[in-house]
Amino acid sequence: MSEKLLQIEEKSPQGDWRDTRPELRKGVICYSALPKNLNYLGLPNPREWQPFDADWKLPPNWKQIILDGMKERLDKYRSFRLFMDICVRCGACADKCHFYIGSGDPKNMPVLRAELIRSIYRRYFTLTGRIFGALAGGRELTEDVIKEWFYYFYQCTECRRCSVYCPYGIDTAEITMIGRELLNLIGCNINWVLEPAANCFRTGNHLGIQPHGFKDSLDFAAEELQEITGVPIEVPINRKGAEILFIMPSADYFGTPHYYTLLGYLMIFKEIGLDYTVSAFASEGGNFGLFSSHELMKRLNAKVYDEAKRLGVKWIIGGECGHMWRVLHQYMDTMNGPADFLEVPVSPITGTRFDHAKSTKMLHIAEFTADLLHHGKLKLDPSRNDNWKVTYHDSCNPARAMGLLEEPRYIIRKSCNHFYEMPENTIREQTFCCGSGSGLGTDENLEMRMRGGFPRANAVKYVKEKHGVNVLACMCAIDKATLPPLLEYWVPGVEVAGIHELLGNALVMQGETRTTDLRGEPLPAQEVIPTVGDGGAEVAHA
Amino acid sequence: MNAVYALLAVAALICAGILAGASTATGALLGIAVPYAACAILLGGICARIWRWAATPVPFRIPTTCGQQKSLSWIKAATFDNPSTGAGAAMRVALEVLLFRSLFRNTRSKIVEGKASFGESKYLWLGALGFHWSLLLILLRHVRLLVEPVPAFVLVLQRVDGFFQVGHPVVYASDVILLAALSYLLLRRMREPLVRYISLFTDYFALFLLLGIAVSGVLMRHAARVDVAAVKQFALGLATFHPVISQALSPVFMVHLLLVSTLAAYFPFSKLMHMGGVFLSPTRNLANNNRGERHVNPWNYPVKTHTYQEWEEEFREKIITAGLPLEVEDVRKTTAD
Repeated sequence: MSEKLLQIEEKSPQGDWRDTRPELRKGVICYSALPKNLNYLGLPNPREWQPFDADWKLPPNWKQIILDGMKERLDKYRSFRLFMDICVRCGACADKCHFYIGSGDPKNMPVLRAELIRSIYRRYFTLTGRIFGALAGGRELTEDVIKEWFYYFYQCTECRRCSVYCPYGIDTAEITMIGRELLNLIGCNINWVLEPAANCFRTGNHLGIQPHGFKDSLDFAAEELQEITGVPIEVPINRKGAEILFIMPSADYFGTPHYYTLLGYLMIFKEIGLDYTVSAFASEGGNFGLFSSHELMKRLNAKVYDEAKRLGVKWIIGGECGHMWRVLHQYMDTMNGPADFLEVPVSPITGTRFDHAKSTKMLHIAEFTADLLHHGKLKLDPSRNDNWKVTYHDSCNPARAMGLLEEPRYIIRKSCNHFYEMPENTIREQTFCCGSGSGLGTDENLEMRMRGGFPRANAVKYVKEKHGVNVLACMCAIDKATLPPLLEYWVPGVEVAGIHELLGNALVMQGETRTTDLRGEPLPAQEVIPTVGDGGAEVAHA
Repeated sequence: MNAVYALLAVAALICAGILAGASTATGALLGIAVPYAACAILLGGICARIWRWAATPVPFRIPTTCGQQKSLSWIKAATFDNPSTGAGAAMRVALEVLLFRSLFRNTRSKIVEGKASFGESKYLWLGALGFHWSLLLILLRHVRLLVEPVPAFVLVLQRVDGFFQVGHPVVYASDVILLAALSYLLLRRMREPLVRYISLFTDYFALFLLLGIAVSGVLMRHAARVDVAAVKQFALGLATFHPVISQALSPVFMVHLLLVSTLAAYFPFSKLMHMGGVFLSPTRNLANNNRGERHVNPWNYPVKTHTYQEWEEEFREKIITAGLPLEVEDVRKTTAD
């Protein structure tokens, strides 16, 4: 990345978009998937290649494969067929995409991203396109088209923001998902998606953490919590007969600042005495299959219900994650259900029956915790978060593929005294993506990530300047990994935290001896009234 | 260039209409064969397209949620923007179809000195809504030409539409709004750089065709006046399958008729099918009750997964080292026993 900030500007495109080609350069694209990962997953055309090579080593019959693949999907997905047919190019979506706003590249307008594939659809699958060709908006399928697809379908984070504004609900995420499936048929995929997917298939989680590593991580977290709170905590793993299986994104036990969120979960579970277990096999709630193909999504998701069945739990809670919840909420039950061996989730603490999850039998941790708070089952001291001026970033998938908007806000308001919303058109269903979702959060792609994350960062900057906001709370593992560098670039001085980290900070546990928050920083109450001794001196120093 | 080609195409149609209307033989072709053929294509085409969509499965329930979900009893859910029931979803589609709910959300992004802002922008919504509603009103007013006696609701509509009593004959509000909205949509398409960039020949063609129809219609009422009795006699003839061509039909009428026929025949092959498609959009017409009610994918098929047993076998040593329970006890131990 250059030292100078990227210039974000609006340009007026000229000419016919069909005559332009993207520049496949480092910094704005992700590298190709390694053959070993394709081999492990049994995916077609494993080979050594890179997107900036002239020769992509496509199979000789690639064109037929793509056209057959399109035909198959047009017959299998009403969404795909309909979205190919009914766009009127009104342009309402044009400036809604964070990649368009941040890059000024007109082909990042959702309508044009879809036209990349629609033009092929018209040429090969419609009567007018076959007869009138370019006049009817068609174009020939060439290798350049494949390269263009690769560039732009891996420059869409499947965030669905455009779909909110489309008068027909055309969902670019759906088009990108199908586009990537087609590219996968001829082996044009990226390593940042397929390596985690291969890891997940083998070890159970994206990071490739094996059972002993999993146990070490959680034991370490338990020990650290004991140091922070003075309360002894144990994390049950693969324990049969527990009431609840808890599944989280693997970054929660292996990444920072995710880790503080994990501490928050564990504190609550301990405090309410929850009868639960985690699993070293179903050690990942996230699902990079979603970013590759429906089939791979299903293959990776299968372990959730399989493990719940094996362990004999009654129902499942899932941790803070974005795309994980897209899969759990909109796909899991259809793909791998019915979960008739589980019971309708009932909170063992409050007795609340969660009927809205009566079929999947899986609850979001924020729903579970909000219910606890509503029934006054947790003692909170929000002043322990007084060092934070908080704003909240709605993650794309919980916002636009679920509608989980109020639960996290309720938790934040209970846990923090200083909470400020970002501007209205940048939150809730209109939230802006972090710019790194859907498997694009790799450093190879850093320039495009900074561009794509610009609208989000810009809204954070607004509340930082107006209210002195210094932490961006969020509920997504990819956010927690990619927002810190984004904010450091555009709005230095704003940290990133999970909802359950803030809740954990504020939680007053029975028998606790607390002097620090979950990050090991002294609690702010002590800063106001410094106590005599080393602790006080340290606080004053800090 | 797309706009120019489209304008030329519509101009060619207008010329064809004028020329054909001039002679009796071609006039009969234009006045009788073409409208019947166009109607047949319109009806058959729409049915075929909608059948095609309807017959394609909806494997997953993928609503775009635009408000709070229904979850905990004490949190207010967005009944229509994030419907949890079929009735809610039906309302959502109704709001979409009748009031263009999603378009109403439109914002405009602006970047000034590195700061982005996203202000409200309602012009497209207003233009689109004005166009569609006035078109519907005008279509319904045309019923008076096809049915005898004229139904009461049409007379009421006419009265409401001419409420302002301006001019003689009275200027219909719907005509004014339709022309204004179409002009706005066309100008916007030609002048806004982003919209111009995405516009195809077909986008302009539909607009010019509609404008041609609207202008020729208004001309017949206010400038080159036609013999309404003759038009009605002709239209009734068509509607009752006893078509008669009368000499009294003017060139403007023939142009109007040819453009309408072209639009009708073109309709099923074009983006104008969004009229039917909007009802079938899976991101809008499904309830967000995903975790409450199971959605079935008719083509769901078994896939290769990595089972717990395979996992345990592969990581057996490490599971033992970590002191985690095993499903299948250690083989060596079992043999030793």
